[in-house]
Parts: sequence; structure tokens; C-alpha cells
Amino acid sequence: MTEEAGPQPAAQARPDPPGGTSQPGSSRSLAHGKLEADVAIVGGGIVGSSAALFLRRLGLSVVLLERGLCGASASGVNYGGVRINGRAPVQLPLALRSRALWEQLPALIGIDGEYQRSGHLKVARSEADLASLQAYADRVRDVGAPLELEMVTGAAFRRRYPWLGPRAIGACWSPGDGHANPRLVSPAFALAARAAGARVIEHCEVRHCSHDGRAFVLADGQGLEVRAPWLLNCAGAWALPLARRFGDDAPMSSIHPGMAVTEPMPLFMDINIGVEGGGIYGRQTGRGNCVLGGSRGDARDPLHAQPRAAAMAELCQRIAELFPPLAHAHIIRFWSGVEGALPDHQPVIGPGSRHAQLLHAFGFCGAGFQTGPAVGEALAHWVAHGRPTVPLDAFGIHRFSSTTTLKEHA
Amino acid sequence: MTVVAIVGAGPAGLRAAEQLVAAGLRPVLLDESPRVGGQIYRQPPPALQRPARELYGFAAPRAQALFDRWAALQPQVDHCPGTLAWHLQDRRLHLLQDGLPSTLRFDALVLATGATDRVLPFPGWTLPGVFTLGAAQVALKAQATLLGPRIVFAGTGPLLYLVAWQYAKAGADVRAVLDVAPSDAPRRALPQLLSRPGLALQGALLLARLRLMGVPVQRGVRLLGADGDARVQALRWQAAGQTRSTPCDAVAFGHGLRSETQLADLAGCAFDWDEVDQAWLPRCDAQGRSSVPGVYLAGDGAAIRGADAAERAGARAAQALLADLGRPVPPPTPAPPADERWRRALQALSPLPAGWAAHTPDELLVCRCEEITAGELRAEARHSGAHELNRLKALTRIGMGRCQGRMCGAAAARLLAHAAGVPLQAVGRLRTQPPVKPVPVQALAAAAPPAMPVPEDQRDD
Amino acid sequence: MSADSQKTRSGARTSTLPLLRRLAADQRAELPFTVDGQPCTARDGDTLFTALLAQGGRLRRNEPSGAPRAGFCGMGACQDCWVQLADGRRLRACTTPLVAGMAILTEVPR
Repeated sequence: MTEEAGPQPAAQARPDPPGGTSQPGSSRSLAHGKLEADVAIVGGGIVGSSAALFLRRLGLSVVLLERGLCGASASGVNYGGVRINGRAPVQLPLALRSRALWEQLPALIGIDGEYQRSGHLKVARSEADLASLQAYADRVRDVGAPLELEMVTGAAFRRRYPWLGPRAIGACWSPGDGHANPRLVSPAFALAARAAGARVIEHCEVRHCSHDGRAFVLADGQGLEVRAPWLLNCAGAWALPLARRFGDDAPMSSIHPGMAVTEPMPLFMDINIGVEGGGIYGRQTGRGNCVLGGSRGDARDPLHAQPRAAAMAELCQRIAELFPPLAHAHIIRFWSGVEGALPDHQPVIGPGSRHAQLLHAFGFCGAGFQTGPAVGEALAHWVAHGRPTVPLDAFGIHRFSSTTTLKEHA
Repeated sequence: MTVVAIVGAGPAGLRAAEQLVAAGLRPVLLDESPRVGGQIYRQPPPALQRPARELYGFAAPRAQALFDRWAALQPQVDHCPGTLAWHLQDRRLHLLQDGLPSTLRFDALVLATGATDRVLPFPGWTLPGVFTLGAAQVALKAQATLLGPRIVFAGTGPLLYLVAWQYAKAGADVRAVLDVAPSDAPRRALPQLLSRPGLALQGALLLARLRLMGVPVQRGVRLLGADGDARVQALRWQAAGQTRSTPCDAVAFGHGLRSETQLADLAGCAFDWDEVDQAWLPRCDAQGRSSVPGVYLAGDGAAIRGADAAERAGARAAQALLADLGRPVPPPTPAPPADERWRRALQALSPLPAGWAAHTPDELLVCRCEEITAGELRAEARHSGAHELNRLKALTRIGMGRCQGRMCGAAAARLLAHAAGVPLQAVGRLRTQPPVKPVPVQALAAAAPPAMPVPEDQRDD
Repeated sequence: MSADSQKTRSGARTSTLPLLRRLAADQRAELPFTVDGQPCTARDGDTLFTALLAQGGRLRRNEPSGAPRAGFCGMGACQDCWVQLADGRRLRACTTPLVAGMAILTEVPR
């Protein structure tokens, strides 16, 4: 996860209501009345906002409802990795399509979002790790995915990455991957959607939802009602209540990746680094700050997470070990966030079991930033053309429809 | 055994310790400094020790009384100097003591974290040679040095005149004292100033002495900028319609004080907008109880009230703590009403310049850590519609530097409120994220248990 | 300070002038240390802030722009006065006592 600006108390909407403390949930949108659109979207993270943008480009009308501020939850506080390397082969078509969109980011959202196609290095710290990485590279090659993965070991490895800690003995290099700044990218998708004509309403929590036989009906309980024949459930870690309302369910849990960022340090790397087996990943921004993750936090309340003290120490230990140039660095911020995770490590994307025009897209297991733009595009195409841009059958919610599975993970 | 921790060994923390010891407890007293006294009674290193009268002027008797009391208390207190409390979670303080990590689980906690200078910056404030009033005072008090040689004092508040006079008395070349408060502020504040006639007289004497020494004192000033190449060479300002430039080698400025509230925030304390301090402060009852059971607040870290009030607040908070532990305590002595009147008097005497946000040029570096300009903040506020400070932080990085918003917070809030067209209170406050101050990777790494394999369900990348 | 040491310092000449002076000559023990390789002396009890600014006008360069900095708040709050030692350690100048033999760098290669 990356730079969280701290939990944001829901700001007072203008004009300012009478004073009092700034509490989450204490403000509301100014929108009211009945709105109709082709598509209603719940959730203004990168997936929902991307869907809104692509729907507008396809000429469909959109209302997007976001409980807080767009792009401020997982989409805005994650690590910022834009990475295909390491993904299960079933995700590759989606991730490759997304890579093409990342390459056009300024044309899509008007900013470069500090996206760099810097390459991703997945480090091995043992022969077993190397074998795993090689096996993955073989699988990827076998399915014909153009990832251009390259195994780097021995003297060549040391020459290319002399600043990596001594336990690193080799790596898989993925030149087409990179990193970006989620704090900028995710809100920018929402702004671009709004500029393209989507009705984006923040500080708006969906309190009631139903289907009246012809359209989905959403209401915030404060005077706003939205009707649309299509509904996209992009509510991230909080997508289950909406899913259940329409007869769907999934064994989603919340995970809280623990993150840290250092003071600006002399530049020593620009690539995105991870390790086989997990536990630490890091990147250095152009300003010199190193964004690092690999530990865990805890939920503070249903909406927010906080870093876990013991995990901070563990993360620092891993940082010191993998990144000797950071030996004397100071951490200036720890944070965490809330992401939805599913037991098979794949998201839910696809229609509801009882409503063909309800499309779910949630539970990205901490890897949804890179694929976010393409997921939004796929949803938009599904609505407009009846099918997505890439095959998404593997992600259907029906894979959880056995009651045994749900009970195990409740 | 009941563990009571006190963070801050200034006047509030020391008086809290005194009450707790009197009740038979052995509090843990934590402070970043090697010696007690906080900032106002900051003690120099032993090699530079001087008589209290020289160090603390008018306040010498109170300072000495506090140090004498401390000398008697010290054997009964677990004093942890050189100790930073960098995080607080689940009733546990996370500490770095001379660089070594530890944790302290507490049953009750007194936060007496004090304050720092509040600044409304001007262009060029990041130049070498531009400091806060506090820095100028520390240089003199704790290190027997004078910033300068030619120095201009600027801003507003009682500290402005006090430090200027301390420097003049020590032989410094004080070029000017520039007060951004309106010229008629003293007259308007006079009725409230009489709530503490002794202090009001001291202030008037300071001013008279400065004038006697030939130091130009000017009110109604607007600070325009510090000019210079690699360091400040002149301070440009405006008063009575005229623009002037005062050559100097150093500037010391400040606009009152701002409370250090990060630990209160991490403890989960509720905050309320305080109209007098123009800041969000942790909620606190008359005895010093915060909104979190077992967490008490005292001194300038709770609200800016000065050293004498801090001593009383520290004692009251400790007594509230003891009462809540079921110990017998005398009925609480409320704060004298004169304290609040004096606090309001200082606000009336030294108001923050209301037009600051409107007049500040785009090129001002608001965030000195990350070098973010007023123009960037305004542009982002317009572009994104952001009207809340944490959102502005996410979009512009303001408050994301090493100082974590301490130096830029007041300015950023005013600029955002002005750009968004909302009252200052409405933009909220920067939420604290650990660590409270930067912590070394290596120091925390030392606290981790031996490396274990990463659990399957935590293998993300 | 020798003419050589002034020439080898980068930045405007004015940045070599001290930003503070001691109140009086004192009897405290002298502590030798180096700044950017040049030998200097401080006094027992000096912080790094005092030691450095008593003989120069800069502590470090800020990262984004390289602009010179010399601290600001003097009490460990603003985090502007971090200096780097030759051995890689980073110390906050205003709250760290100078120790004899410290090798301080005010110019750090990016």
C-alpha cells in the first residue's frame, strides 16, 4: 500500500453546516432528488471510476455514488505497484490489456500520475526461490503471454543490482512493469469521468437498494434516489452487503497491508522490487522517498486500518536486510488500509447470479491497482456490447455459490 | 502495580510527577531532552550552566522552584531522558531511548507534550538564517550563542518582545522588532490584559526597555519576504503604506505557539476547534481528563496557556488521574478565571493577520520539507474541489515531509480555507500517523524478533 | 579557516559566514571535528547545530531543489537540521551533542 494521507474525516459539504467535530460520516452530499442513468456505479475507487470513464466514452449515462472521497480508500493508499509479473496466468489477459491503458494514462486521465515503466524485479533469496521464479517464467511463456521475463543470476545479477542485500542471489526481471502514485491516479480517474459527463457524487452512502423489475433503485436515505437498468458493484472491501442484497455472496475478508515510507534518500534505484515468498516490496520515488511494504496492520474501525506496531519492526528488519542503502534512513510515516481478499487470491468480476445486469468487481486481494483501469474498461464494454474485452469467466461469483465454501470462510 | 507514564518533563509534567509521587506512585517520566524543564525552562548542558536569573529572567524564581522540587523528587521517579515516544497504540507507548527501542504499557498516561512556534511563513523563510523565535531563544539559553550578528525579530505574540529584549540585553545587534498585530491591538486588549496586571506590566517594561535601547519597534507590519542568495541578507516588509527592507544576517519570527497533539491523536482523543488558539485541540475537561479514559492532558500541549498555568494544569491532571484510580484526593482546585482572561488578552494583543492567505504570493514555499508552493496548493484545491486538509495532503504532499505538518499546517489550513471559500475550522486538521517523529530503520529493526518465514496469507507483492 | 577551505566549499561565498556567535570566550574543553573534510573546533556542550553554524552558514541541502538549509525551529520539531556523517549516520543537529571526531558532511552527492 502507499502514501495514505491519514484517515479522512468526511469533510463538511459546502455550505458549512453548524459547527461541531469533524467525524467520519457526519457530512452528506448536496445531491438530492431522483436521478436516472443507464448505469449506476457504487464505489469510486479506481475500478468504479475507470468504469464510469469508459462508459461515458461509449456514450452511456452514468451515476457514480461514493461514500467518502473518490480514490481515497484502497485505490489511493496502496503500494503503487503496476506489475504483471507474478500474477496467476488467469489474470494475464486482463493485466496485459491494463498495461496498454497505463501506457496511455495522460490521454485517459490528464496526468501522468508519476507512472514509470521502470521494470519490476522479483528477488530470489534461495535456490528454491530461483526455481519458483523460473517455473513461473516457463508457465507464462507456455501460455504465450508477452512478458519478456528474464532470469538474472550470478555475476550479472550482482553487477546490475549491487545495492541489493547479500541474501539476494538472483531475480526475475520484468521490463514491462513499473510503478505509479495511487494518491494521484485514482482520484484522477474520477475527475476524468466527471469531466466526461459522469455524475460523480461523493459523501453519498447507499442505504437502500432494490430492483423494481425494470431497474435497480439506490437511495441514500437523505433524499437522493438513483434508478438505472445496470448496476456495477465496485465497493471494494465493502462490496458484500450490496452483493447479498441481490442474492450473491463471497467469502471475502479484509486484509490490511502495512506500509512505510522513508525520508528522501539519495537515489539508488528506480525499479519496483518484490521478493519471492513475499514479506517485503519497495520502490523509490523520483523525490527519493522509498515506499515499502510487506507487513500487516489491523482494522481500526470498519472503514480504516492502522499499522501494527510489531509489524513495523519486522518490516524495518526486512528493509535493512534487503536495502543496505537504507541502513541509515528514517521512516517518516507508517500506514495501512483496507483491501478485500478472497481465499483463491482472485477477484470477483462478473454478473450476479440472479441479475444479469448486475456486475460485480471487487476483492482484488491487494493487487488491483495495475488491473483497475482494464477492469473498468471491461465492465463498460460488458454493459455496452454484452461482453467484456477479455475473458473473465474465471472470476465469476458463482465459483463461491457452494454453501460449504461460504461457511468455511465466514 | 499501576504504571503511570508522563510524556514531557516541562512545568506541566514535573508538577504532575510531584502529585503522583505524593500519592505514593512511581511515575515514569519520559522526555526527549537530556534534562528536565521543557522548552521554557530549558536547561543548558552542564558545561554551559549559568545562574537561573541569567537564563530565565523574570521567570527565574519559578524555574528555580521547579528544579529544586525536581531534585527532591527525582529518586522517586523513573526518569527516562533522551526518550522519544514515537507511537501509542492499545495503551502502549513505543519508545526510542537514545536510539534503542522499547515499549511501555501504561495504566494511565499524562500527556504534557508542550508546544512549538506557530509560523505563518513569508517567501524566503527557508533561507539559512531565518529561524523561529524559539530557535533564537534556545540558541541563547541553552547554548550561550546569538543568532546573527544583525538580527530582525518578527511576527507577533509575547515571545516576540521577550526574545528580542533578551538578545538586546545580551549585546546582540537587534535591527528591528516587527509586529504584524495592528497598531491599536494593545489599546483594544487593555481591559483583558489587566486580568494579570503583573504580567501586563512586565510586557510594558520589555517594550520600554527595547525602545530605550534604540531598537526600532513597529506594529501593523506585513512581512513580505526574506531576501538573499544562499542566506538571508535582508527582510522586506510593509507598514503604513511604505515598503522597507532591513538588512540583516538572521531573522527570528513566530506567530504564537502551536500545541504538540500527535500522541493525543494516536491515543484516540477527540478534538474540538478552539477559537482562541485558532487550532484543533484535544478535548479536555476542567481537570484535564481527555475523551479517552486513562489519558490526561496538561500544559501547552493541551492548549496554549503559558508556564504558570501549565504547572497548575499538571497538578490538576495528576489529581484527576488519582481520583479516577480511586485514590483519595482533595477537591479539585479549578483554574483561576484570570488564566482564561489572560489567554484571551494575548489573543487580542497578537491576532494572526486575517489577510495572510489572501496576500500570500503563489511562489511561497508553504511546505518547507517538500518544497510545495502556495500556488500548487491553490491550483490543486481549484482543480479537484478539495476542501479538507487530509485530501489536500493526499493530492499535493503537503504535510508529508519530515516535519509531518508541524511547520506548514497552520499555513496550509488557511490557504485551503481561503481557496475553497470555507471557514478555517471546516478544512479540518491533519491526522497524525506514526511515527510522531522520524525513526531510524535500524533502530526499529533491532526491536523485531528473529526473522520468521512469511505466512502464506501475507505473501503479497 | 584557510583560504583553501573557503575555495573548496560550493555555494556563494556568503554561505561561509557564521550564522551565530558565542556570547563570550569560554573555558570549555575544545572538541575537534571535521566539516566536509575540513578540520574545525567546537566546545564541550555544543550541539551539532551550534558547532556547524559557529563556523559556517549551512547544515545541508534540501532534497528536491538542493537549496541550502540551516535549521529552523531549534527544538527538534521542524526536522530541517538533519546532517549526515561520513559514516552514513544521520543526526538531527539541534538536539544532538557534538562528539569529538565527528566527520560531518553538508554536501551529500545525490
